[in-house]
Amino acid sequence: MAQITLIEAVTQALAWEMAHDPAVVVLGEDVGVNGGVFRATQGLQQKFGPERVIDTPLDETTIAGLTVGLAAQGMKPVAEAQFEGFIYPMMEHIACHAARMRTRTRGRLHVPAVYRAPWGGGIRAPEHHSEANEHLFTNIPGLRVVMPSSPARAYGLLLAAIRDPDPVMFFEPKRIYRQYKEEVPDDGEALPLDVCFVLRDGSDVTLVTWGAQVKETLEAADALAKEGISAEVIDLATVKPLDFDTIAESVAKTHRCVIVHEAPRTAGFGAEIAARLAEHSMFDLYAPVERVTGYDTHIPLFRLEMKYLPSVQRIVEAAKRTLTV
Amino acid sequence: MSTCASFQIEHLQYLDAEGKLRAAAPPLAKDFEQLVALYRQMLFVRVFDAKSVALQRTGKLGTYASCLGHEAVHVGVGSALRPEDCFAPSYREYGAQFCRGVQAREVLMYWGGDERGNDYSGPRHDFAWCVPIATQCLHAAGAALAYKLRKEPRAAVCCVGDGGSSKADFYGAINVTGAMTLPLVAVIINNQWAISVPRKAQTGAQTLAQKGIAAGLPCVQVDGNDLIAVRAAMDTALERARKGGGGTVIEAVTYRLSDHTTADDARRYRDDAEVKAAWAREPMKRLRAYLEAHKAWDEKKEEAWKAECAARVDAEVNAYLESKSQPVTAMFDYTYAELPVDLARQREAAIAREQGH
Repeated sequence: MAQITLIEAVTQALAWEMAHDPAVVVLGEDVGVNGGVFRATQGLQQKFGPERVIDTPLDETTIAGLTVGLAAQGMKPVAEAQFEGFIYPMMEHIACHAARMRTRTRGRLHVPAVYRAPWGGGIRAPEHHSEANEHLFTNIPGLRVVMPSSPARAYGLLLAAIRDPDPVMFFEPKRIYRQYKEEVPDDGEALPLDVCFVLRDGSDVTLVTWGAQVKETLEAADALAKEGISAEVIDLATVKPLDFDTIAESVAKTHRCVIVHEAPRTAGFGAEIAARLAEHSMFDLYAPVERVTGYDTHIPLFRLEMKYLPSVQRIVEAAKRTLTV
Repeated sequence: MSTCASFQIEHLQYLDAEGKLRAAAPPLAKDFEQLVALYRQMLFVRVFDAKSVALQRTGKLGTYASCLGHEAVHVGVGSALRPEDCFAPSYREYGAQFCRGVQAREVLMYWGGDERGNDYSGPRHDFAWCVPIATQCLHAAGAALAYKLRKEPRAAVCCVGDGGSSKADFYGAINVTGAMTLPLVAVIINNQWAISVPRKAQTGAQTLAQKGIAAGLPCVQVDGNDLIAVRAAMDTALERARKGGGGTVIEAVTYRLSDHTTADDARRYRDDAEVKAAWAREPMKRLRAYLEAHKAWDEKKEEAWKAECAARVDAEVNAYLESKSQPVTAMFDYTYAELPVDLARQREAAIAREQGH
């Protein structure tokens, strides 16, 4: 069995589902001959032809709207926004139509589409190529927002996203596209949506995160372990709808919680988790909930971007603060 | 310097404002049985529209978008489509939709604040009414792409206004239609007014039809008050689309004789003289004159059919007024195919609140 990276797992999932479901088509800018600017669709057009791996005109609005139309008429489109920072022109079609079609037609039409986008910073990219804005989508009813953090979860969650009868935003943390390889059986087995994954058991503090920050958070847990602190690490994986029960159970055990995310702090998705802890887990908590996030600034150009992104040290410090109360 | 490309826009009119044939007309002009059926459909729409406005004025309907003056273009578009084609309306093309089996009670349900209006009896694959301007054009293009990929001889048709033709979505839709040779017919219903903004403020282009030229599409301007011209343009465009010949842009020139919606007052921004002049060109009068001149219609038939329309509309209105609101759970039940756990809890809370707990 081959060891593959996260981005290779994306390609593997697309290829599996295209081979097994003729309704699946891929569309976007440069997804065809070029295989996508990150190579997520590498080889797919050669394998499945230009009618199923479609290079569109260079217009994100067109990609988003075509996707709604394709999906409402029986196809299963997987659309690519070339970068998360380019997704804004797509939002009207995603919010007003993809996410709303089922309810506004009482189920007569629905939109089984996936909108993929390379997400987040940390690759020394030009301006507008490093955005983390999943919180703009988690407030939209009717959507699922999914973010993988490992090759295996990228494969299983993308298969689940394509098979889901509702629209799914699939945000791929590009900083970890090629970070490491692991064995991912190409067996077409999907992972469940709407559930968190507990990546590490612990008893002293719960670290909740998603996407690229899973890496720093696991490293922080290692560092804390060396100091005798046992951290539990939860990867949301499906950000919306939130599997809060898994977080609540963990916090009932550890009594402390640190939320880590790359997006800006104010009204980032960490605020929702903190609010739910306040509503449901107040009396389990021994310390205030901590958030380690991006600042309320635009992500800076790359000379400064690593100072913006949550670091292992910031996570460790926050965890320790919850233990000193 | 040499010319590397040149273009012209044809204007199509058969039936002038007086109901006289102005050009060698297509067979439809002599098919009085079909013309009468289409005229009756137009008259039904007009009766329905007046009743709907009255319902809003008496507090029995929410904001309503009238289609007064659009009867020829709406019925011309709707009657040209086959059931398997796909229609993507904006929000006032009832005449087209009635041709496709949508019921008047469903229009009333929608403007009466109930999503079930969009679960309509027309072809189940047709798109719902679309308020975000021009977005429906790209959905129709997506439908056209689906049919092309599956090699189905079907076309998609979207309607958009003169204002909507300024939006990126419209340009995107016709552009991709040209680039991918999609079976899409984009009908710009130029009724001269986008709420309060006149046609001349939308674009410096001489015609709206010519926007299709930049997309590499055949395009034509038709007299949108001439049913025969609208049908002729639609028939040509649909045949080309279904045979794999690609898309078309049709600009149908008409006039919005009503306010934008019942929430609007057009007297604030346009002259009565302009509206009065537009009434002289309206679509019903000319078709009636033509039919009467050929002994296919008369005053007696007119009055009898109007009475029939009024009775049918009353039955539809009653069905709408007697319909019960959906239960509170309806706002949750169609948000996802399967309700996520956290939303199911909100649903339970809403039920408990209904039950007074």
